[in-house]
Amino acid sequence: MKSVFDPARQKIYLPAVESSSANPPDVERAPPAPFPFRFLDAVGRNIIRFIQTAQGLIAFTLITLGVAVTKFNTSSRLIHPLIRSQIFRAGLQLLPMISFLACALGLMIIGQMVALLTRVGAQSLAGTVMVTVVVRELGPLAAALLVLARAGAAYVIELGTSRALGEVEALEALCIDPIHYLVIPRMVGLALAIFSLTVYFIIVALVSGYLFAFVQDVPLLPGDYFKQLAVALTWEDFALLALKTCGFGVIITVVTCFQGLAQPLRLEQVSGATTRAVVQSVVACVLLDVLFIIVYLVM
Amino acid sequence: MIDVTIGTTSVVETVAVEGIDWSIAAGDYWVVGGPPGSGKSDLLATLAGLHRPLKGTLRFFGSDIAELGEDDFLAARLRIGLVFENGGRSFNHLTVAENAALPLRYHHHAQTVETDERVKKILEAIGLAPFANAIPGQLKHAWRQRVGLARALAAGPEVLLLDNPLAGLGPQESRWWGEFLAQLSSGHEVMEGRPTTLVVACHDLRPWTDQGKQFALLKQKRWALIGGRAELTCSNDPLLRGLLALDFSGGQPVG
Repeated sequence: MKSVFDPARQKIYLPAVESSSANPPDVERAPPAPFPFRFLDAVGRNIIRFIQTAQGLIAFTLITLGVAVTKFNTSSRLIHPLIRSQIFRAGLQLLPMISFLACALGLMIIGQMVALLTRVGAQSLAGTVMVTVVVRELGPLAAALLVLARAGAAYVIELGTSRALGEVEALEALCIDPIHYLVIPRMVGLALAIFSLTVYFIIVALVSGYLFAFVQDVPLLPGDYFKQLAVALTWEDFALLALKTCGFGVIITVVTCFQGLAQPLRLEQVSGATTRAVVQSVVACVLLDVLFIIVYLVM
Repeated sequence: MIDVTIGTTSVVETVAVEGIDWSIAAGDYWVVGGPPGSGKSDLLATLAGLHRPLKGTLRFFGSDIAELGEDDFLAARLRIGLVFENGGRSFNHLTVAENAALPLRYHHHAQTVETDERVKKILEAIGLAPFANAIPGQLKHAWRQRVGLARALAAGPEVLLLDNPLAGLGPQESRWWGEFLAQLSSGHEVMEGRPTTLVVACHDLRPWTDQGKQFALLKQKRWALIGGRAELTCSNDPLLRGLLALDFSGGQPVG
């Protein structure tokens, strides 16, 4: 399978993605209509735009996943260092910021919650509440949003500028698949970075939260606290955590790369594409989160 | 080497070129002239396999690309190099040496030592060795254009397409390009002495009249003239006379 930019498949893929571009052109405007019709008209336009964007994103996702599978080990000498550099960029470089965020959230939320639970005599539930709040929800979402802000937004600018300057076409001229060279390393790097940052965030938040509770003289021994956590955690939590964080990585990469790459951009359009990518990524991550909540509830 | 019969090629819903019937043989040195917007760049992009003719056929090395499988099409395209205009569209996230090494590292899975040797040889041949570790964006336009040439030569193409390579270059730099391309055409050591087939698109024919062996003229996205130097010198086509005098004002000759 070749990518959306491969001329050999251009006629197949490009209409699917570009016709449903991230910023579809307005439908030809009719003469002004009375208010209720204007309202319906606006709603209709937005629905069509939403469907077109969703269609483009789904097509781009399928193409990206197809390239990831079919070119899994192709040009590994070139692609593997790119993946490592993305992990460094989206993961290691974010450690100080994620440490600060985990400490702050640990103090604000967990510390207060443990103190509150102890006050109402429900300290035995602390482990369950921690796992639900931090492991399942707060950790993955906080790490994903931080990576989106730091790396995802930069991806749109980089790729959008590359597309606007014709560098993507230059890659095609060298018979280099832009999806394979530009998107896959970012996708793998981001998925691994978000997973690692989430694990780190959870550990730091749980420890800092307990420290805050300890300072407040909450009668909960460290052994009891961590024992409760261990009891509350199931193997499904680990599996779903990995799946969810990798899902966030894929979503952020696909949305940002779609906005930067999958449509012809002029330099002045890059900032608008960046804003759209950030908003769409947040919405998509929250939707995925809701999906996982349903899975947790069903389990 | 390349046979192209283009009924129509379109780029983003716009007709790029049409009515082209052309054959490029091994060892040819084509110069394709035409005023800005006449479809030269789109024609080169089609020859490089970036666009496909909507109507007509495109044959690479004897095979119709419509009948080629993905791997064969890729292999055929790798035998064709393309140098873009305006600084060659070199990648600014890579150094000059990394730019040149990119196609080798992606397609040939070459060892670092082999790649480095090949890249060093090319950079020395085209005078970029002192800038090997520089970012192309830091270099002057003339050097950036050479980065695009180095990148296209790295994979050892048999056909080299050059889109307006002299745009924005001074006389001295233009002379270097002319001499280097002449060496490539007759067999340069960076290509192991093998003659490279050249197709140069330009809107100023003057530097190329002594260089090229075959000439073609694009006018409103169609051939206006095609042939050897004899046809070029004998033609009274006003557009051609205008291009030779670098005047696009209605194709009227200057002076």
